[in-house]
Amino acid sequence: MSGVFADVQALVEELGRTVVSEYASDVDEKARFPSEAFEAFKANKLLSAYVPEKFGGHGLSISELCKLCEILGAYCASTAMIYAMHQIQVACLVHHGQTSSWFQQYLRDLVEKQFLLASATTELGVGGDLRSSVCAIEKNGDSFVLNKQAPVISYALDADAILVTCRAHADAPASDQVHVLVKKEDCSFAEIAGWDTLGFRGTCSSGYELKSKGHCDQIIPAPFVDILAQTMHPVSHLTWGSLWTGLASDSVHRARQAVRHAHKRNPNAPPVSSLRLSEVDEQLFSMRSGLYREIEEYKTLLAEGNPDAFSNFGFSIRTNNVKLRCSEMLVDIVGRALMIVGIMGYKNDSPLSLGRHIRDAYGAAIMVNNDRIRGHNATMQIAMRERS
Amino acid sequence: MYSDKIKEILAQHGKLSLDVNTLTDTSNLYDAGLTSLATVNVMLAIEDTFDVEFADSMLNRKTFQSIDALVEALEELTAS
Repeated sequence: MSGVFADVQALVEELGRTVVSEYASDVDEKARFPSEAFEAFKANKLLSAYVPEKFGGHGLSISELCKLCEILGAYCASTAMIYAMHQIQVACLVHHGQTSSWFQQYLRDLVEKQFLLASATTELGVGGDLRSSVCAIEKNGDSFVLNKQAPVISYALDADAILVTCRAHADAPASDQVHVLVKKEDCSFAEIAGWDTLGFRGTCSSGYELKSKGHCDQIIPAPFVDILAQTMHPVSHLTWGSLWTGLASDSVHRARQAVRHAHKRNPNAPPVSSLRLSEVDEQLFSMRSGLYREIEEYKTLLAEGNPDAFSNFGFSIRTNNVKLRCSEMLVDIVGRALMIVGIMGYKNDSPLSLGRHIRDAYGAAIMVNNDRIRGHNATMQIAMRERS
Repeated sequence: MYSDKIKEILAQHGKLSLDVNTLTDTSNLYDAGLTSLATVNVMLAIEDTFDVEFADSMLNRKTFQSIDALVEALEELTAS
């Protein structure tokens, strides 16, 4: 662990304990953007944590970035999810934008001004398939117009820019896509779907008809299919898996507090719930182990720099496995923790409440539906031959 | 020639949105509508037809990108 990261980690822990934790319930209750947390992140330059040092960022590695998401997930899963979604977009620019002088300057500006990036990938009419677009970029000389019916753009109104997928030109097939950065000042939003959900309420993931314009330099200079395989797909599942692990670990932490309290009341016989605590900690151990293994594999692939390795079926399956296992183990772990804590976990106004945790936990398998992902894995499994 | 036989396999299993005969050997098969399910069916048909086995390390987007790429993969498999 680098010295720089030790400082950043300690800072994020501190912000998690204070500003993130303090407003978590209010953010959840009002389904509002966690503005206090993000003001603190911006003041501490945490939005550019993954931007290379040569552009002024912290230059953290993917494993370090994931650790920050895990820490935040323990304090407020909505805040952690927004932080993760922002960093996924930053990673797309860092990995695929550096050949362009426009994006080099944008990365410097992002460091200086701490821009928050949002994403508009899914679209009405494509059934949640990221690899299909209906809308197309309309170029006119050096400028473009881009309009999209997006059923979800998380924290759109609080972002400084949005990365939008679309077809590369008017005649392009649905799968020939580019990834375009549009600035907030060049966008208009008409809400087409609200966000009053069970969990992850602070992500403010409403749907919008997005109308935007910009300069053609704002098109990331790589096909979206490569951006997705090399960056968006792995970074999404790894950062999400990390924040879910943080959420799970806080649930187990609350369960442990309840068990310790019970033990103190009757120190001569460990409570039955201590066995349940051991079991749920084993589940957390498995969840975290699979996640960490895959973070290391991705880190190795990034270091090796072979672009074809990211679309390998085995790597894709394992990346999907992180999403599938972590999201389903999360529900299991938080549910077990709730049974251990009992009524004090069931109450919303108790210090050991797991109400927000369990509502957030159910969102993990639903956002990018697990059965869709499992369907992709099922197809690839047929082609695999070697023992894994 | 491998490429003729591969075109036959693509016509039968590729479920492409374009006629195989309009493709060149370097045309991008994904742009022509090749899906991941069709990729697997094409792979299985190539294995049966040529009595080869694709190594897991070859199962990536590049291998199935074009007729040329499939011919190259097949040459690698039959050479070993």
